[in-house]
This record gives sequence, C-alpha cells and structure tokens, in this order.
Amino acid sequence: MSKAAEIDIVSVSKIYGTTTAVESISLKIPAGTYCCLLGPSGCGKTSTLRMIAGHESISSGDIRLGNSVITDLPPAKRGTAMMFQSYALFPHLDLIDNVAFSLKMKGLGKDERRAKAMDMLRLMQLESYATRRPAQLSGGQQQRVALARALITDPEALLLDEPLSALDPFLKIRMRAELKKLQTSLGITFVHVTHSQEEAMALADLIVVMNDGRIEQAAHPRTIFERPATAFVARFMGEHNVISGRMTKSAEDRVVLSVPETDREFQATGDNCELMETANIAIRTDRVRIAAPLEKGLGFTGSISNIEYRGASVKLSVSGAGIEDFTVIVSDAAFFANPVKVGEAIPLSWNREDAIVLGHLKH
Amino acid sequence: MATMTSSETEQIEPRRAKSFRLSPTAISYLQATPLTLILGAFLLLPILMIAVVSFWDYDFAQMYPDFVTFNYAETLGSWVTWKTYLNTLKFALFVWAITLFIGFWVAYFLAFHIRTTAMQMVLFLVCTVPFLTSNIIRMISWIPVLGRNGLVNSTLLNAGIVPEPIEWLLYSDFAVVLAMVHLYTLFMVTPIFNTLMRIDKSLVEAARDAGASGWQILTNVILPLAKPGMAIGTIFVVTLVMADFSTVQVMSGGQSASVALMMKNQMSLLQYPAAAANAVVLLVFVLLMVAAILRIVDIRKEL
Repeated sequence: MSKAAEIDIVSVSKIYGTTTAVESISLKIPAGTYCCLLGPSGCGKTSTLRMIAGHESISSGDIRLGNSVITDLPPAKRGTAMMFQSYALFPHLDLIDNVAFSLKMKGLGKDERRAKAMDMLRLMQLESYATRRPAQLSGGQQQRVALARALITDPEALLLDEPLSALDPFLKIRMRAELKKLQTSLGITFVHVTHSQEEAMALADLIVVMNDGRIEQAAHPRTIFERPATAFVARFMGEHNVISGRMTKSAEDRVVLSVPETDREFQATGDNCELMETANIAIRTDRVRIAAPLEKGLGFTGSISNIEYRGASVKLSVSGAGIEDFTVIVSDAAFFANPVKVGEAIPLSWNREDAIVLGHLKH
Repeated sequence: MATMTSSETEQIEPRRAKSFRLSPTAISYLQATPLTLILGAFLLLPILMIAVVSFWDYDFAQMYPDFVTFNYAETLGSWVTWKTYLNTLKFALFVWAITLFIGFWVAYFLAFHIRTTAMQMVLFLVCTVPFLTSNIIRMISWIPVLGRNGLVNSTLLNAGIVPEPIEWLLYSDFAVVLAMVHLYTLFMVTPIFNTLMRIDKSLVEAARDAGASGWQILTNVILPLAKPGMAIGTIFVVTLVMADFSTVQVMSGGQSASVALMMKNQMSLLQYPAAAANAVVLLVFVLLMVAAILRIVDIRKEL
C-alpha cells in the first residue's frame, strides 16, 4: 500500500462569485507527510482540501499529485480519498457495504468486494460490527468506518476534513493517536484540515497556517512554534505575546521597536530585519521571568491584572508600558516561592533570543 | 421551639401543593382527551356505525336492525364487485406508477438542482397553486381540453395530423387516469421532496469520491434513501384513488366503474346496508394494502 505521492499546489485560487476563498497559494507537500492545514474558520483551508479532492473546481492554478496533473480529473480518478467531516456514511447500508461501496462502483463481484471490505474492517478492528448500520455505532467507530471506506480505494493521499471535530475531547485524543499510527504504518500522504493548533502540533510533520485565503507559514511544527513568521501565526498558535510598534532602528539581525504613546523601546532579533515603518515582535509567554531586565529593551514593569492557577504553572496577565494583557507563564514552584498579588507592580524580563521579529505577508 | 415551627411549615407546604396539583398521569390523560374525543366522534363512531349497519336488513324503503350476513355474501359473491375492484386497482396501479415517476423527478429537481432554499420553497409553492381551486373545477376544466371539439382535437385536426377527432381522449379510462394524475401528483411530490431534502449532500460527494457515476449515485444512494418518502406518497395516492368516485364518474362519462362509485349508486337506491358492507370490504382491503406497503418500507424515521 505504500505508494505515497507528493502533492504540489501551484498558485491555486478559488473564487466564489466576487469573494476569493483561496488566493493564489503554492504549497509542496512531500510524499508520506502528515500535513495539517490549520486556520480559523473561513480561512480557505477546507476549500483547499476540497480542491485537492476534486469536490471543488479550481478557479486558476494547478494541482499535481505524484507525476500527474489532477486539476481537471474527477475525484475518483485522482488517487486521493476523502474522509468527510460528518463521515458521510451511507445510513442505508451496513458496514461491509459501506466499506465495499467504491468496489461495487468499480463493478467488482459481490463475494470479492465483501471479502476485501471484511479485511479492511478487520484492520480497523470492526469485524464484529460488520452487519450493523452506521447509526448503531459510536462516533469513534463511525470514524474508523469512514477511514476504512476511504482507504479501501488504495489512495496515494488521504484527505481528512476536520476528522476529529465530532468527537468528545477524550476520544479526540485517542483517535488522534490512532490517525498518526495509521499514517506511519501506511506511509501515504495525509492532508488533515483542522482549526485546533493543539491537534496540528500533535499530528503534523508539516503545518500550513492559513488566514484569509493565504498561507501565512508552512513549516515543521517546531519551526512554526519557535519562529512564527507573522503576527497572525504567533497569535493563532498561542503562547506568544505579540507587541506592535514603530521600528526605530535596524541592524543586521536585530531591531529596536518603540511602542506608541509610551515610547518604551524593545529589542528583538530575527532573520528579516529590513527597516520598515511598523513591526511586530513575539515573546514566548513561558520564557518571561519575574525579574528586572539585564539590558534595556528586554523587559518592562507592569501591574498584574489577573492570576490563573493551572496546576503545574501559573498564568499572569500583566499590563503596563503601553502593552495590554501581556501573558506570563511561570512554573508553580517559581510562583509560590515568591507569590505576587493582583494589582501589584512587577518587573518582567526575557533573554535577547526569546524576542523575535515577525514578518509581514507580502501582498 | 424554632426547629419545631420550621418542621411544621415544611409539613404544611407539600400538603397544600398536593391539593392543587393533579398527578402527572391524570394530566397526560387530560391532554390527550380533546383529540380522543374528536377522533372518536368523527372517525371511530362513524366507522362503527357503518360496520353495524352492514349487518342490517333492508327493503326498497327502510332499514331493519338485524344481524344478517347476506349483504357481505352478495357483495363478495357477485362478479360485478370483483370486476369493479379489478378496474379500480387498474386505475390505482396506473396512477401510482405515473405519479411516482413524475413525483420523484419533480422532487429530485427541487431538492438537488435548485441551489437556494428560498428558490426551492418558491417553486414548491408554485406546485401547490392548482390546489387553490377545488378538485371538481380542476377536473371539469379538462373537458374543454380533451373533448370532441376540444383544444387538443381541434389543434390536431387543424394541423392535419388526424383526419377526424380522437374519441378516446375524453370519457375513457385514459381521461380518468390523466385527471387523477393531475389531481394526485402533488401528494407524491411532497413526501419525496421532504425525504430528499434530508439527504446529507456530503453523501453524494462521498459516493462521487468512491467513483460512482451520476446513475450509480441515483440507484445506490438517492433512491434507497428516498424509499420512505415514496412509501408515504404511495399510501396517499393509493388510498385516494381507491376511494375516488367523482373523477371516475365525470371523466369516464359513466362508462367506467370504481368501488366508491358502486357504493354511491347503492346509496342512491337507498340500499344503505349493502353500501355499508361494501365500505367495510373496501376499508379492510385498503388497510391490507397499506400494511403491505409498510412491511416493505420502514417509514418510521420519516415520522
């Protein structure tokens, strides 16, 4: 079954009437990758997936799967299989017939297709439910049937449209692990649409963060988290404080940012430090210490507006120096060694390498 | 002392509440009473009366309370009855097949080819516009169309397609079936449309993803899922056709018979017990047909 194919999306757009859902995106998904399309609702991630699947026509651009251009092929001729958000199992068929559906469409004999479907159900550990209808199964079981039905077509790439959104939180985490295991054992390319950054981080080899029909950043989860490319990515992935301001100085790998109204200056490092009028910098919430800064521009003093206890850590919301709602995560040990109260003014600081310059998306 | 007073008030409170409140069972029965009364007075009681009268004796002028079975023996023993049932069944079969075909495709078009819900509702309402006039008027308006000198015949004559007027257009079984199809198609469209609207559109996409052609999607996904709606529509149409007498009388010009028409004739001869026996036989017959339809298709999820 291991015949994974690379997916190459070349300046693909999707235009509905006057609104542009996907605006000229280009993306290469290497063969055998677990790729997550991540973004808020309406960002174009589902449209992108449906264009790869062939359920949505491509307004302009091309999609290549392996060695063939699939832009104008019907869904079943593309070598992709799609798993739908609500699973779209046929309610009038039992599990065997659901899984064997595509084989029946191909004209395979009844015994042969039922035997193959049974094998697939066995792989999904559903053989004891073979004669049941989808409505008699739990959400997790329905999802496995949907997977079995998609995989029986022997696809080169599996496309999953928010596959975990219908499950309860506990099951979500279990099915997530199963999906990852399945992808590793099958070795085929998975493209998974989700709006949960946690899900994407846990599963993906390649996260594609989308916003407003464009790709903000496509990279390994670790890169996305440690070096978010834009302010949107930093905010969407969470656990980052984003500070916007006027850029006052720019050196080769460092900038100085001045926050309006207060004229507080912050330093940040980054790869693309060309001088621009405005800039955003991101500071990891868990890298902030409650201590006076060692160097100018690597900290500020603010008053605590809220404290949340989270067990292993404590979350502080701090305002000051023209920054609203600056989040600090300190470990419980550090917090209780030196407890602070709401309303108290505290000095905050961070290391130079923890403040990074965020880029702008070129329009 | 303080504790005693509080326990006293606690004892009084529930007793007072109890005296004003009916038990939940009584409330349920009360809520079901109005419908029970209406159905009892206007459905069960008349049927019971018909069943009772069907065992009475009668002569040319009067009915005599009795318990005789010759009304049934006459009805079931006469070859006229059997022929009439056969004729009515023939109408039912033709009308059912034609309304099912038209009804399915109209509903299919509305449900799958009209994209906006607003437009679907507008077109569906257009389907119901003929119902603003009465059955009789819609039926009679066929006469100037189909008659010997009607629209169809005069057009065909003028176009030189036929040398003389076609006789079987009006006052024939053809005219009866045509008028019934016209009257009853909407009863097929509505339940099928309702069922088709409930089909998750992603099922169609999933079928296409699995390589199904348009025809395969229709036969493997849409038709099986539309079955409950078809069954409900079938029940409507079959019961309406089986009980019809005015359409048969007007459109066949008295040349064709139906079970209900036979009953009407018996009543006009004041043979009420005979008509009642006939009605009971028809009721049992139609109930058996409905039971058979329900055995084939499970309509529970539609209700």
